[in-house]
Amino acid sequence: MGILFVKGQTARVIALAGSFLQLGLALFLLFVYMGEREAENTALLLFEESHVWFLQWNINYHIGIDGISLSMILLTSIVLVAGVLVSWNIEYQPKEFFFLLVMLAMGAFGFFISVDLFTQFFFFELAVVPKYLLIAIWGSGKKEYSAMKLVLMLMGGSALVLIGILSLYYFSVQARTPTFSLFEIAKLGLSPEKQMFIFPFLFVGFGVLSAMFPFHTWAPDGHSSAPTAASMFLAGISMKLGGYGCLRVATVLLPEAAREYSTYIIILACIGILYGAFVTLKQRDIKLMNAYSSVSHCGFVLLGIGMLTKTAMVGAVLQMVSHGVMTALFFAVIGMIYERSHTRMGDEMGGLLKVMPFLGSVFIIAGLTSLGLPGFSGFVAEMTVFVGSWQVPDFFHRSATIIATASIVVTAVYILRAVGITLWGPIKKKEFENLSDATWNEKIASGILVLSIVIMGTMPLWLSDLILKTTETLFGTVIK
Amino acid sequence: MNLLNYISLMRFEVVSLGVIVLLLLMKIFSEKLNVSLILGFVNFSLLAILVSGFIGHPHGSVFGGMFLNDGTLMLEKSVITFATLLISLQGHNWLKKHENYLEFYLLLFSILNGMYFMISSGNFLMFYLGLEMATIPLTALVAFDFNRMRSAESAGKMILSSAFSSAILLFGLSLLYGMTGSLSFQEVAMNFSSSPLMSFALVLLFVGFAFKISMVPFHLWTADVYEGSPVAITSFLSVVSKGASVFIFMTILYKVFPMAHGIWVNILVLLSAVTMTIGNLFAIRQTNIKRFLAFSSITQAGYILIGVASASAQSMASVIYFLLIYAFSNIGAFTVVSLIADKTGKENIDDYKGLYKTNPLLSIALLLAVFSLAGIPPTAGFFGKLFLLTSGASAGLITLIIIASLNMIISLYYYLRIIKAMFVDKNETPIEKFISDTPAKIALVICVAGILVVGFINFIFEYIHSLSFGL
Repeated sequence: MGILFVKGQTARVIALAGSFLQLGLALFLLFVYMGEREAENTALLLFEESHVWFLQWNINYHIGIDGISLSMILLTSIVLVAGVLVSWNIEYQPKEFFFLLVMLAMGAFGFFISVDLFTQFFFFELAVVPKYLLIAIWGSGKKEYSAMKLVLMLMGGSALVLIGILSLYYFSVQARTPTFSLFEIAKLGLSPEKQMFIFPFLFVGFGVLSAMFPFHTWAPDGHSSAPTAASMFLAGISMKLGGYGCLRVATVLLPEAAREYSTYIIILACIGILYGAFVTLKQRDIKLMNAYSSVSHCGFVLLGIGMLTKTAMVGAVLQMVSHGVMTALFFAVIGMIYERSHTRMGDEMGGLLKVMPFLGSVFIIAGLTSLGLPGFSGFVAEMTVFVGSWQVPDFFHRSATIIATASIVVTAVYILRAVGITLWGPIKKKEFENLSDATWNEKIASGILVLSIVIMGTMPLWLSDLILKTTETLFGTVIK
Repeated sequence: MNLLNYISLMRFEVVSLGVIVLLLLMKIFSEKLNVSLILGFVNFSLLAILVSGFIGHPHGSVFGGMFLNDGTLMLEKSVITFATLLISLQGHNWLKKHENYLEFYLLLFSILNGMYFMISSGNFLMFYLGLEMATIPLTALVAFDFNRMRSAESAGKMILSSAFSSAILLFGLSLLYGMTGSLSFQEVAMNFSSSPLMSFALVLLFVGFAFKISMVPFHLWTADVYEGSPVAITSFLSVVSKGASVFIFMTILYKVFPMAHGIWVNILVLLSAVTMTIGNLFAIRQTNIKRFLAFSSITQAGYILIGVASASAQSMASVIYFLLIYAFSNIGAFTVVSLIADKTGKENIDDYKGLYKTNPLLSIALLLAVFSLAGIPPTAGFFGKLFLLTSGASAGLITLIIIASLNMIISLYYYLRIIKAMFVDKNETPIEKFISDTPAKIALVICVAGILVVGFINFIFEYIHSLSFGL
C-alpha cells in the first residue's frame, strides 16, 4: 500500500470521499492482514515493497506493515474522516484548509508505513510544517504565537531526530555497509557506548512530539489555538508520531541504551503524567483542559515504553490508539460546542445537556473514556500499561506505577467537574436556550469515533493480539 | 588536434564570445534595434549553450594544460548557464525599459565567459584571469541602476572588497609559485610539501575564496551589495557567482591540495559552522527582503561548505545538486521579489503582508521557494540539504551536523516570518493585484517545477554523481 491518497485539494467533497476511501482501505488492509496472520504468515512485515530511491546513499523507498503500524494507520484514517467531517462548514479558504489537512495525513501515513529512516524522516517533516499554516491562519486566540512556538519546538525535535539518524548512518558507514534501513541498522550490533550516544537524540527528538515533560509546552498553546480539526490531528495523530518513533525507531534500534536510560524515561513520564493532571485541574477553558490532559495521557505511552515489558509495550500502543480516538472526539465535541456557545470557559456554560442532548452525551462518553471507565477504550489501554508495569518487581518500578495510577483519581476529578459544570445545572445564559444540536456531519463524525471507542473497549483482544505478535518479534531481545 | 576539436572542447567559451562580438557589432552599426528580438536572441543563445553542454563527452586540455575540460566541468558550467538563463528571463521586463540593455548583456556574457574559463582552468594564472574577467564586469552590473545612489554605492563597496580579496589571493599564489616553481595545478600538487609557508599560502587562498563565497568573517559586503544592486544582479550574485566560485574551489581543493586535507578540513568545518550561525542570526533581524535573502544566502553557503569539507564523490555530487536546487529556489524567490519591486517598488517584508489575498499564485510560488530554502519536504531543498548533511555524516563530521541541524530550526523561524506576512497578517494597503510579464512567468514556472520535481527524480542525482570525483 503506497500513499493511496489522491490529493484532495479541489473541495471538501473530494477530501471526504478520499478520507472515506482511505478508511475503507485501512479496514480492508486490516482484514487481509489478519487473514494472512491466520494463515500462519509469520513474516514481520506484510505488504512489503521496496524501491531504490537514491542508490548512492542506499536510500530506499521501503514500506511495509506490521501490527503496530497497522493500528496506527487505522487510527489515522478514523481521525482523518472525523476531522474532515467536523470542518465541513469551514468558510475561510476551505480549499487550502483541506489540502493542508490531507498533507498532514499523508505525512502521518507515510511515517507509519516506512521502514527506511530517510523515507520516514521525509514524511515526519512533511507532517510538521503544514501545522503552522493550519494554526496561524484558521486558529483562534494568540494563534500566531502558538503556531510559531509549536512549529519551532517540533522542528527542534525533528532536528534532534535528524542528528540521531545521521549518526546511525555514520556508524553504518564505519561498518562499511552504509544504510538507512531500520532492519540493517538493527543488525549492525552497535556497541553500548554508541547506542548511549545516539539514544537521547532519537528519544528526546521523538519525545518532543509526544509532549514528553519538559518539552510539552507547545502542546497546550498549540492545541488550544488550533482549529478543531487541527487539534484533533495534533493530539490524535501527531503526538502518536512521537510515541511510535520512540518505540519503533529508538527502542528497537538501540535496545541496550533503552535499558540503560529506562529509569530516566520512567521518571520523566511520571512527572508528565502527574504534572499534566494537576495543571488540568486548574483550567477553566475546556479546550485547554483537554490539551493538558493529553500531556498527562501521553505520559502513559512513554511510561509503557520505559517499563520495557511486553505487556506494558502493548499497553503503550493501545494507549496511543485509544487516546488518539478519545482526544479527537473530545476536541471535536468541544469545537462543536464552541461554535454554538462562542465560549470555551467551562463555568460560563451550564445545563447544555438540556439544549443539545446529542453533543452532551458524546461529551460525557469522551470524558468517561478519558478517566478510564471499563467498557471504553481508555480502561483497556491504561489497565494494560499498569499490569505491564507492575510485572517489574522492584521498588522503583512499582512506586512509579503507583504514582501513575494515582493520577487517575485526579483525572476523574477534573473530568467529572468539567462534565458537571458544562452539562448539568441551570442554563446560565439566556441565549444558550436556543442553541441547536448536532448537524448530520457532526453526528457522523462523533458516531464513528464513539463506535471505535466502544469496539476497542468491549472487544480489545483482536487489537492487542495484533500488537502483541509484532511486539514479540521486534522486542524479543529488549524486554525484561 | 584540429580546429573542430578545439571548438568542441571550448564550445561554451566560443559561443559566448561569439555572442559578445555580435552584440558589440549590433551596438556599433545599427541605430534602431528591436528590443524584444535582441532579448529573444540572447535568451536563445543561452539556451543553445546550455543544450550544447549535453552533447558528446569532450575531454582534454588546450593551451598546454592551461584550459581543461571534461564532463564534470561541463556539468558545472551548464548549471551556471541555466541559472543565468533563468535570471535573464526574470529580468526581461526590467531590461526592456532600460536604455542600456545591450551593454547589460555584453557585460553578462563577459562574466559568463570569465566564469567558464575560471571553472575550466588548469593553472592558477588562468584561474586568476577568469576570476577577474568575471568580477570586474560584475561590479559594473551592480551599478546598473543608474538613477539609484545605492546601486553606485554597492558597486563601490564591491570593487573595493573584491580588489582586496584578489590581492590576498595573489599573495597566496605568489607564495605557492615561490615554493613549487610552477602555477600549474598538476605541478603544484606534485611538489606539495607540508611546510608552514605552504599552509600559510593555503590560508591566503582561502581568504580569497571566502570573499567570493561570502563566508563569515568575510561576508560583510554581501548584504549591502545585495540590497543596492538591481534584483536581477542580486540573484546573479547569490546563485551564479557563488556557484562558480564553489565549483572551482572544490576543484582546487581536491586536485591541488589533496595532501593538505587535514589542514583544510578543519578550517572548512570551523568556517562552515560560523558562517551558518552568523548568517542565521543576522537574517532574523532583517526587514528588507533583499538583505534578508542575502543573509539567508550566507547561511546556505555554510551548508554548502559541509559538502565541500566532506570531500567524497558523493559530497561533491551533493554540492552540485544542492547548487542546482538552490538556483531554482533562490531565483524563484528573487523572481517574485523582482516582479513586486518592478510593479510597486516595495522591498520590505512588511509590504508583503496580505499578498496571498491579492496575488495568490505569486505567494504560493514564494512559499515554495522559501520552503525549499528552509529545507522542508516535499520541496527539492529538503533533499539538497539532507544530502549535504548525509555526506557530512558519512565523513564523520558529527559536531558540524549537530550545529547545522540546530541552525535549521533558527532558519525556519525567519523563513516562516515571510510566510506569516503573506498568508496570515492582515494589511489595509496590500500590494495590488497585477499581471506579470510572460518571460518572468516562464522563469517562475520553471523554478516552481524544479522545486517540486527535482528531489523526486533520482536520475538527476545519479547523473551528477556519475560525473563527480572526491579526494
